[in-house]
Amino acid sequence: MIVNLLFYVFGAILVISALGVITARNPVHCALFLVSAFLNSAVIWLLLEAEFLAITLVVVYVGAVMVLWLFVVMMMDIDVEKLRQGFTRYAPVGAVIALVVVAQIATVVYVRKLGLEDAVIAQPKPEGYSNTAELGQLLYTQYLWPFEIAAVILLVAIVAAITLTMRRRPGQKIQDVAKQVAVRAEDRIRVVKMDAEGRQ
Amino acid sequence: MIELVTGTWTSLPAWLQTTLVALGQILAVTITVILCVAYLTLAERKVIGWMQVRIGPNRVGPKGLLQPFADVIKLLLKEVVVPSRSNRFLFVVAPLLALTPAFAAWAVISLWPGFAIADVDAGVLYVLALAGFGAYGIILAGWAANSKYAFLGAMRSAAQIVAYEIAMGFALVGVVMAAGTLNLGKIVEAQSGGVLSWYWLWLFPLFIVYFISGVAETNRAPFDVAEGESEIVAGFHVEYSGIAFALFFLAEYANMIMIATLTATFFAGGWLSPFEGILPGTVLAAPGLHWLVIKIAFFLFCFLWFRATFPRYRYDQIMRLGWKVFIPVTLVWLCVEAAMWVYKIGPWAA
Repeated sequence: MIVNLLFYVFGAILVISALGVITARNPVHCALFLVSAFLNSAVIWLLLEAEFLAITLVVVYVGAVMVLWLFVVMMMDIDVEKLRQGFTRYAPVGAVIALVVVAQIATVVYVRKLGLEDAVIAQPKPEGYSNTAELGQLLYTQYLWPFEIAAVILLVAIVAAITLTMRRRPGQKIQDVAKQVAVRAEDRIRVVKMDAEGRQ
Repeated sequence: MIELVTGTWTSLPAWLQTTLVALGQILAVTITVILCVAYLTLAERKVIGWMQVRIGPNRVGPKGLLQPFADVIKLLLKEVVVPSRSNRFLFVVAPLLALTPAFAAWAVISLWPGFAIADVDAGVLYVLALAGFGAYGIILAGWAANSKYAFLGAMRSAAQIVAYEIAMGFALVGVVMAAGTLNLGKIVEAQSGGVLSWYWLWLFPLFIVYFISGVAETNRAPFDVAEGESEIVAGFHVEYSGIAFALFFLAEYANMIMIATLTATFFAGGWLSPFEGILPGTVLAAPGLHWLVIKIAFFLFCFLWFRATFPRYRYDQIMRLGWKVFIPVTLVWLCVEAAMWVYKIGPWAA
């Protein structure tokens, strides 16, 4: 009962945030609405007892991806009016995509009517059940290869992105911090010992 | 009277009872943390004063003990100035966003044997999630103020938090590997056996990386370039005044206490006694909240000590330390730890 109520509350906030992402005029507000959408979907996952997925969503998307995204959006001076100029031109494409999505949702609703109610409905897990441990067991035994391959693909993507942005123009002056840190006082100054002069 | 109270209590439905108990616990922890913050500010001024051969605040109350209250009242009575071309809503919300994670993280901390407000199995992940969330307050404060200095501070802070979060996460992976659980209470239990079986010894590089990253995450000296008063005035909170500024102050100190608590929990045995196994059967060997408090106090003293000792890092040096030193160190030590685990060396010998 309470779980249902919570679901509707957070679901409503999620939908409102999602609408905010596409309607807000200020790009920073859009990004913040997206953060709110992530947080609320994390809560809905928590209601499904999928705490690992929920917290990982917050760690990865809210804690890292959206921080960087916000960073980029704040740096850019986006002219919203200019972005809206092509609206009529792209409207047909948007309409087609919208139709496809609506059709997909309709299919899902239709399929549910084909006797899916006979399927086992997920029961709340007993106390002491750890979603994280279960996921870990599966990922590192049954799905070890897909998991490792996905990790390698992500690593390659990171290396590729860094290589693409690493440009060394000739004539650049770059400080070598490692060298600077390694400098010791003896390299730079010489302490000269000399006798004090006698009183005149 | 007592009968009336107990009678009303038992007549309440069970869910209301649990909610009220949880609310009471939350309130108790929050108020304690706020009072600790108040006296941490005094301790900071006193300790740094002594390190610099000064007396520190000694005018308000006996030996200056009422100084924090004088500061709070002063800040409360000041006008909150909102810059005219700022984003008003975000400007007001930002301090709250900075403050919330520092308090919310207390939910999963194991305060004494078998007790945490929420004894969840994914405690480490929860703490990491909240640490990432703390960046928003600072970034939004810098952006919403519509000031160049504030924005520079916010950008510095964002880059710094993202960089050090990775090293921090990797250090925690080492702890989770050693303890075999994500539950903070069980991580403390896994370290039982006296001061030498706490993780600071076998995971020493991870301990150092975690604590230094913690100092960087809280934007404390020598990593306080987000404020950098000598170059960008006061960084992200340059436009804040009065109680809005006080909230940022509260968030920073609450975060310090949080990092000290987490370091104590992950690497210094939390509420375990250091004399466990050395003086068996005595009062000194019994675990309890007092050990946790002593450890937190020690790590907080380190925060103050660093501030009085080190000059501020240059920004590119901070980035290098995070990405090029800490992350490789943690990766190497994770491999060493895995090898120790496989060949049954050290704490895994049994």
